Amino acid sequence: MSEIATVARKEVSEGTRPEAAPSVGHPIGILAELTHRCPLRCPYCSNPLELERREAELDTATWKRVLSEAAALGILHVHLSGGEPTARPDLVELTAHCAAEGLYTNLITSGIGRASGMIDALSEAGLDHVQLSVQGASAETGDRIGGYKGGHAAKLEFARKVTDLGLPLTLNAVIHRGNIHEVEDIIALAVALKARRLEVAHTQYYGWAYVNRAALMPARPDVDRSVALVEEARRRLEGILVIDMVIPDYYARYPKPCSGGWGRRTLNVTPTGRVLPCHAAESIPNLEFWSVRDRALGDIWQSSPAFNAFRGTDWMREPCRSCDRREMDFGGCRCQAMALVGDAAATDPACSLSPFHARVEALATEEAAAVAPDYLYRTIGGAPAKAPEGAAS
Amino acid sequence: MRAEETDVPRLPRGVKLKFDQVRSRHVLLAPERAFNIDETAAAVLELVDGQRTCGQIVDALAARYDEKREVIADDVRDMIGSLIARRVIET
Ligand code: SF4
Ligand code: SF4
Repeated sequence: MSEIATVARKEVSEGTRPEAAPSVGHPIGILAELTHRCPLRCPYCSNPLELERREAELDTATWKRVLSEAAALGILHVHLSGGEPTARPDLVELTAHCAAEGLYTNLITSGIGRASGMIDALSEAGLDHVQLSVQGASAETGDRIGGYKGGHAAKLEFARKVTDLGLPLTLNAVIHRGNIHEVEDIIALAVALKARRLEVAHTQYYGWAYVNRAALMPARPDVDRSVALVEEARRRLEGILVIDMVIPDYYARYPKPCSGGWGRRTLNVTPTGRVLPCHAAESIPNLEFWSVRDRALGDIWQSSPAFNAFRGTDWMREPCRSCDRREMDFGGCRCQAMALVGDAAATDPACSLSPFHARVEALATEEAAAVAPDYLYRTIGGAPAKAPEGAAS
Repeated sequence: MRAEETDVPRLPRGVKLKFDQVRSRHVLLAPERAFNIDETAAAVLELVDGQRTCGQIVDALAARYDEKREVIADDVRDMIGSLIARRVIET
């Protein structure tokens, strides 16, 4: 027995078994971003800066077709996400459709808005798992970060409904300088809420998190402390709570294999139907993305220029090309190379072998030491005009 | 972690054994995890029903396979124990 997939959407520090694969294998997971609408306004939201409006979203029939095609392609897990996926009234119908196709369904939710009213029907429809975000351990922190008063209390209420239904619950906490001091309490909260799993996800700087980087970047000693706390809790809570951790990569030695390797395991479908190798891929200019409105999912997976652009290792340059780790991390994240170095085919500067790594670490250290600026809260139509500094500038 | 012979393991809601038609093998699906299940592991998991004890699962396998009971018991208790540690099996 071996573990073939662990947190396919964002690679974690434990239990991943990257394996050499043929250039186009079968995908294992799909992130269905059903909508960008969300009652919360998290300043680290991974959605793009240009958020899609309701009128542009795919209809129910198209999503059903895409989900059936996903099952036929060998996809095992479907992550019903957004935005807030319960903003779509057809979510129950889509969940039932996935269940009928034999797909494992994971609801990724803020627990706010329609979530509470819908959870019974979702459970009935065959939902397999709920992943609930929390923005902090306390209402004060959580409501400030999510930009929604009363949000934290509503989340706790929702969590109880989920576990009362017997559904497995994961808590997901994105960690940054505004809540890194609550990591210990977040672990305790997960246990108190009877979660089976906790994701301690240090912020990854894409989308809204990238523009808010100076407000989010934690200091190195705080990062080290939180990592040690998680490691201690993992031992203490074995058999009670599984804790997966996403490492903060500006301070890392080696990058994460983003999405388990480009075009290798997972795909993302945006609210309007564009299919991406990862949720931030649209930040890379000149990539040609295909849409499920025009083509079948299998055709897109096999032949879309965006998927083939960085598949495998042939596209690599030095130092990745001759590196022993090239089939482990696949050169890291293309979007991060683009954002920080201005070149999507460069080595991810999170890697200590990148010539830009020292600059990235210095950037993080400088930002963490400065007074935190105010959050730029996520809003539809609220994209900022200017991006923060990269490593090559 | 190692399961006891008296433990009664079960797959909780959100954990499913499935035959994957595309890859022609069994997979165990759990929250954010998929485990590749070989024939032996599938034989064990098919007996995990919330009724049988680990000891009874071992007995059933010992009757079926040409292997010493204690060898099977070690494997079964380790495998079930590792899945308990990962919150994939409950007792
Ligand atoms: S990160 Fe926050 S704002 Fe973005 S979709 Fe999730 S809950 Fe909503
Ligand atoms: S040089 Fe490239 S392949 Fe080697 S560890 Fe760094 S990112 Fe990974």
